[in-house]
Amino acid sequence: MNKERKVAKKKGKEKEEKVKQEKASPKPEESKKEAAPQQEPKGEFIPIYFMGKKYMVPATVTIMKAIEYAGYRFIRGCGCRGGICGACGTVYRLPGSYKINVGLACQTVIEPDMYLTQIPFFPANKARYDIDEEKADISTILDKYPEIARCVSCNTCTKACPQDLEVMDYVQAALQGNIERAAKLSFECIMCGLCASRCPAEIVQYNIGILCRRLYSKHMMKKAQHLSDRLKEIDEGKFDGDMEKMKKMGTEELEKAYAERDIEPV
Amino acid sequence: MYTPELLELIKKVEATRPERIKKAQKGEHFPRMSYEEGGEVLHRFHPDYKKGSKRKLGLGPNEGDLVPNEVADILEARSIIDPGSIDLDNIDYDVDVLVIGAGGAGDAAALTAGEMGAKVLVVTKLRHGDSNTMMAEGGIQAASKPQDSPARHYLDTMGGGHFTNDPDLLEALTMDAPGAIAFLEDLGLMLDKDEDGTLRTLHGGGTSRKRMHSAGDMSGAEIMRTLRDEVRNRPEIEVVEFSPAIELLLDDKGRCAGAILKNLETEQLLVVRAKTTIIATGGFGRLHIQGFPTTNHYGATADGLVLAYRAGCGLRYMDASQFHPTGVIFPEQNVGLLITEKVRGAGTQLVNIDGEQFVYPLEPRDVESSAIIRECFERKNGIETPTGRLGVWLDSPMIEILQGEGTIQRDFPAKHRQFMRHDIDISKLPMLIFPTLHYQNGGVKINPDSETEIPNLYAAGETTGGIHGRNRLMGNSLLDIIVFGRRAGKNSAARSREVKPGKLSLEHARKYNKELEKKGLGDGLTSPMILPDYAGKIA
Repeated sequence: MNKERKVAKKKGKEKEEKVKQEKASPKPEESKKEAAPQQEPKGEFIPIYFMGKKYMVPATVTIMKAIEYAGYRFIRGCGCRGGICGACGTVYRLPGSYKINVGLACQTVIEPDMYLTQIPFFPANKARYDIDEEKADISTILDKYPEIARCVSCNTCTKACPQDLEVMDYVQAALQGNIERAAKLSFECIMCGLCASRCPAEIVQYNIGILCRRLYSKHMMKKAQHLSDRLKEIDEGKFDGDMEKMKKMGTEELEKAYAERDIEPV
Repeated sequence: MYTPELLELIKKVEATRPERIKKAQKGEHFPRMSYEEGGEVLHRFHPDYKKGSKRKLGLGPNEGDLVPNEVADILEARSIIDPGSIDLDNIDYDVDVLVIGAGGAGDAAALTAGEMGAKVLVVTKLRHGDSNTMMAEGGIQAASKPQDSPARHYLDTMGGGHFTNDPDLLEALTMDAPGAIAFLEDLGLMLDKDEDGTLRTLHGGGTSRKRMHSAGDMSGAEIMRTLRDEVRNRPEIEVVEFSPAIELLLDDKGRCAGAILKNLETEQLLVVRAKTTIIATGGFGRLHIQGFPTTNHYGATADGLVLAYRAGCGLRYMDASQFHPTGVIFPEQNVGLLITEKVRGAGTQLVNIDGEQFVYPLEPRDVESSAIIRECFERKNGIETPTGRLGVWLDSPMIEILQGEGTIQRDFPAKHRQFMRHDIDISKLPMLIFPTLHYQNGGVKINPDSETEIPNLYAAGETTGGIHGRNRLMGNSLLDIIVFGRRAGKNSAARSREVKPGKLSLEHARKYNKELEKKGLGDGLTSPMILPDYAGKIA
């Protein structure tokens, strides 16, 4: 961590507090209730082991918040904090079980004596392609990711998916050339990489997933005719007059037009 | 799962639901507020109007303007680096176009600049694609349907922004919008379509036509991962992760000429010389304006805003923050997370502790948020969570009744999953929500070519101000990042052909530091923040 930043942050906090104190709030209850981002932890504390080190942390929080509470400031392994970006893939074991569990640190609530580490990065090969030129069939998949044929259907990828996707099924669909099925089954993939980290056949499932989605969307879904019609109309200047008129309106005129607009039924 | 007390309260929601459904099916809705009523609610309840939450900027192009205290803190702060300590002749990267930020705007800019033949360097402080774009759920607006037009889109957006939007920027946004959708369709983005290719569209708050295009409830994620995949396909674009720009470089003529990067892991400083530079660093959610929780990504600390301001760029509307009406307040682990407006677009209503409606569900975001705050604090009809947060119900099971069973799983899979992790099935139980800090409405001044006031410096996306006026409509930010990302990419690449950077300099940072000292501002603070610091706390 940057030393200068530490100082800055500290001073910033003091300042913030000063401002807060100075401001005589007309509704003290409101400012109290308006949810400060940092809360004092309440209740029970439990032990977790982060990369082998034991920390006592509040019992009800997510792995991500527990790691921060333990004193870490993330550089890697933290992104959207909402379960969608795939930055915080985590593997852990629980006492009394041989199983390797997976989860997103920002979404998984801690358990007592959890042994965990994050996998914020895992090396993966990504094929380069011109999506316009590729065919939406098995030949593209085998050409870009030939290792897909090594899949032994062990289902480890599916077990490793924190999104509960049927990863093996979409890999198999891709292998059978069913691009549409692979695209749809992989739609909710957040590309965290946990599947690839566990695959004995060294396949990078999520890169196959996005290739299938792009092939399907680009070459198998029908193009939106109304969209290309609209582009043509714009090119021909069909809306230029209306736009010019709108831009020239003063606020009062705009307010009136806005109030009078008809609304398409829900 | 909900506590027994909350489950008891949910019964009241269930009791009024059949009647509300019946009315909705007949097309009877809670009345929309008139423009005047909306204005009054805003003034009385919107956090932007809260006394003591802002102060006047003490220096720079916007000296004297009111901005949130948290923004003033990072603008009235010294450069992280000692300008004299770096050898600017030792150049690590020499490129045509430098793109700072690898979210949606940055990637759209990089792709477009690359297509124009420029050699592009994209730098980002986290992973490629870690951004608010990734988190956007609901959709992207564009007047793509016959019953709609760019001028209508313009008027809706103007009204939502309280007629404060920059007309030229808004014209660019709405006229380019169908082209932006076509750009995404062409990349192979899995847009929601009917069998015949017709794009499925819905209403968003403040829209007069159904023009919200989507990809499930992962519209932003689908845009982000597709743009990222395409950037990785392009040999002319290099991406450097975990290396934020921490100061811009100007040349001896006062034009932007690159930036200083910091490798966050090795702490090494790197010099980038670039003919043109694009700031696409996103907004300020992680500054936690007024202590609010935020829907924003970990990196949303407004770094680009600081860099641009120190270099002399003017800002606009920095006093206008957007609070998304529907942020999660239960379970505690999910506090602040966004529930897309698309949920209301699909027919969900907001109801209070008695199960009664109190606001039209699709008012513009600021009005909707203010009405929720009023319901909780003035009318005292809020529901309290076990940790003392107040909120109202978002009656999601209505969707299943109005649109058919299974709609939530099909159309909102990510949200359904997020709640199922905590044993709450949102197709059967409503959600508890309260406004949460969502978007930086204002930002760096740009023109329709995405140029800032500093030559050879461009900006795109949430870091800019003016497009959305004082309040952005849903679906206009995914649009903004594509439209202005592409404009920035195109214009910066064209410009880079005729630029020859002069001698690199950090003189502007030195001057800024001196000015702070002279005025007794900053109290030794440094910025940009780069990453929030939740160490030792529960964020």
